[in-house]
Amino acid sequence: MTSKSQKKELSNNKDDSLKLEEIRKERTIWEKSFDSLIKKHPERLKRFMTVSSESIDRIYDPTDLPHDWTYLHDLNYPGEYPFTRGVQKTMYRGRLWTMRQFAGFGSAEETNERFKFLLENGMTGLSVAFHLPTLYGRESNHPMSLGEVGKLGVAIDTLKDMEILFEGIPLDKVTTSMTINAPAAILLAMYIAVAEKQGITPDKLGGTIQNDILKEFIAQKSYIFPPKPSMRIIMDIMEFCSKKVPRWNTISISGYHIREAGSTAVQELAFTLADGMEYVRWAIKAGMDIDDFAPRLSFFFNAHNDFFEEIAKYRASRRIWSKFISQYNPKNPRSKWLRFHTQTAGCSLTAQQPSNNVVRTTIQALAAILGGTQSLHTNSLDEALALPSEEAVQIALRTQQIIAHESGVVNTIDPLGGSYFIECLTNKMEAKAEEYFKKIEQLGGVIPAIEKGFFQQEISNASYQYQKEIEENQRIIVGVNEFTSGEKISVPLLKIGEEVANHQIARLLKTKQERDNEKVKNALLNIKTAAEGTENLMPPILEAVKAYASIGEICNVLRDVFGEWAGDTLI
Amino acid sequence: MTMKRKIRVLLAKPGLDGHDRGVKVVARALRDAGMEVIYTGLHKSPEQIVESALQEDVDVIGLSSLSGSHMALFPKIIELLNRNDMFEDTLVVVGGIIPDSDIPRLNEIGIQGIFGPGVDTNEIVKFIQANLKRSI
Repeated sequence: MTSKSQKKELSNNKDDSLKLEEIRKERTIWEKSFDSLIKKHPERLKRFMTVSSESIDRIYDPTDLPHDWTYLHDLNYPGEYPFTRGVQKTMYRGRLWTMRQFAGFGSAEETNERFKFLLENGMTGLSVAFHLPTLYGRESNHPMSLGEVGKLGVAIDTLKDMEILFEGIPLDKVTTSMTINAPAAILLAMYIAVAEKQGITPDKLGGTIQNDILKEFIAQKSYIFPPKPSMRIIMDIMEFCSKKVPRWNTISISGYHIREAGSTAVQELAFTLADGMEYVRWAIKAGMDIDDFAPRLSFFFNAHNDFFEEIAKYRASRRIWSKFISQYNPKNPRSKWLRFHTQTAGCSLTAQQPSNNVVRTTIQALAAILGGTQSLHTNSLDEALALPSEEAVQIALRTQQIIAHESGVVNTIDPLGGSYFIECLTNKMEAKAEEYFKKIEQLGGVIPAIEKGFFQQEISNASYQYQKEIEENQRIIVGVNEFTSGEKISVPLLKIGEEVANHQIARLLKTKQERDNEKVKNALLNIKTAAEGTENLMPPILEAVKAYASIGEICNVLRDVFGEWAGDTLI
Repeated sequence: MTMKRKIRVLLAKPGLDGHDRGVKVVARALRDAGMEVIYTGLHKSPEQIVESALQEDVDVIGLSSLSGSHMALFPKIIELLNRNDMFEDTLVVVGGIIPDSDIPRLNEIGIQGIFGPGVDTNEIVKFIQANLKRSI
């Protein structure tokens, strides 16, 4: 028996397909109408393509959507499954995105000052960049740390540095994002310890650790231990936080670095979500309940120059993720949300004519906002040359504020939803990501694919193709291969002197002298025991950082137990 | 016509810097230009790089650095090459984020080929072909 509503739907479908037929006919007539004109005056390019070399058609219309595409099934309203139009019901009408500028350089004192400067200027969340020795779990006086101390981020060796970094910043009033991966457990433990000294309990803390080791193997390459023990550490953190630090985002599953390493937009989307799926599978296998950890997973995407392609990427990501999580039957609707941070594309910035970078960053930021980002970092104009100066950082933050308060794009939710082009691109993104998921599965999953160098090679191929397209002038980069003006670059650059290293090493040695070394020894032994067994690593790590054990010392214990990942030499 | 052997190049990433997009693009471009390219992989100390150059008997060493540690690491590598009598027949070229103000000092220690962001890879190929220190 067919119900009345089903009958109505059937006749609607029939009406729709008749209408589509009519549109298709009209389109053919329209294209024929300028056939001869185009032969005489061809379009500017043989092939129009996105920044990821995907072909783009002349025009999009209703016939470009699949025949079973429906508003409620494929888009629906914001806050409703599959969340294509956004995860929150009111989006930016309720609350703007968090303006979170990544900062960190030199000593803890200098970065503390920069944080306070940014907070005074209206920034709403902190984001810490650590220097390379911290990322690799090396002390500042290790031979491999030579020349790196305080350069790409702030130098942190022990809890002492962390206390200085957050001095005067109440940790229950801000949220803090820390870009830290292999040693994430240690930095989180330090943050908890600093908060404790401020009289704040862990359940009051909000923030994020990047803690996404899979993309380190794939793209960013700041790994220490091999994939499997690395995943075990992550599971320990997730389990610990679900009980003790419930407001903490335990992993920021990151496509940013995959894109910066040269991937296409589809690769960024597919590899990032594949990583996310891998974390979910491990957590389920470890016996966690989907609702205990899925709401605390967040994502981190890049915003490159190709405006519509980027917007489609964000919209597709929400749809793919909510479908994937649904199979675990979560009870908490938030488990299905893909929330994400965005950073504009550092790799798109040019050293030539650096002022132009403000314009690039504005377009990219706008894409992130129209794609429904939860937080945003806008790059500074001088980042292709050096660490950002204070003035450049301020312009970058002002860019977000102008979009938020002057442009009007925040007045309605997902204003591009329903555009034939955007919806078609969103579908295409999803379909192409699904193809990659199948390929990864055929290779045995994410970790075997990493071991085979699959992701690394795919990214290298894409980045080499991009470079060749520039060199063959198929792609114009203003100021680089076209519209060059040969002017000398003169922006004030921030340089980190070697005195930062001397100062840092002196503090590390002094801290080691003043601490209770017996306590450190015991704490390190407890970490070793936990690492060799199956006990959660977080409690002994917390004990060690409170005793002022250094990140280098803790990582060395873990290196002894877990071994090190050698990386690849593939070209 | 005499058969020339291929130019042998070692591309290296000194220090803890993990940015390998540029070095991999250059590796492929040099290979496509007919050179033999050996890539060290990431996180190599100056000693390891010079050792690899010796083992592989290369004509060229290309160093890539984007983390700001170049002024500590490049001179150390040149010093080690000099100490092993390798600098006089090995061409050293560098790339990455190298501020203009560092160029005079790098020139002084014998590094002439310095390639920053946005450079055309053909320029690197031509520079290497024109500036080899030993004959092929």
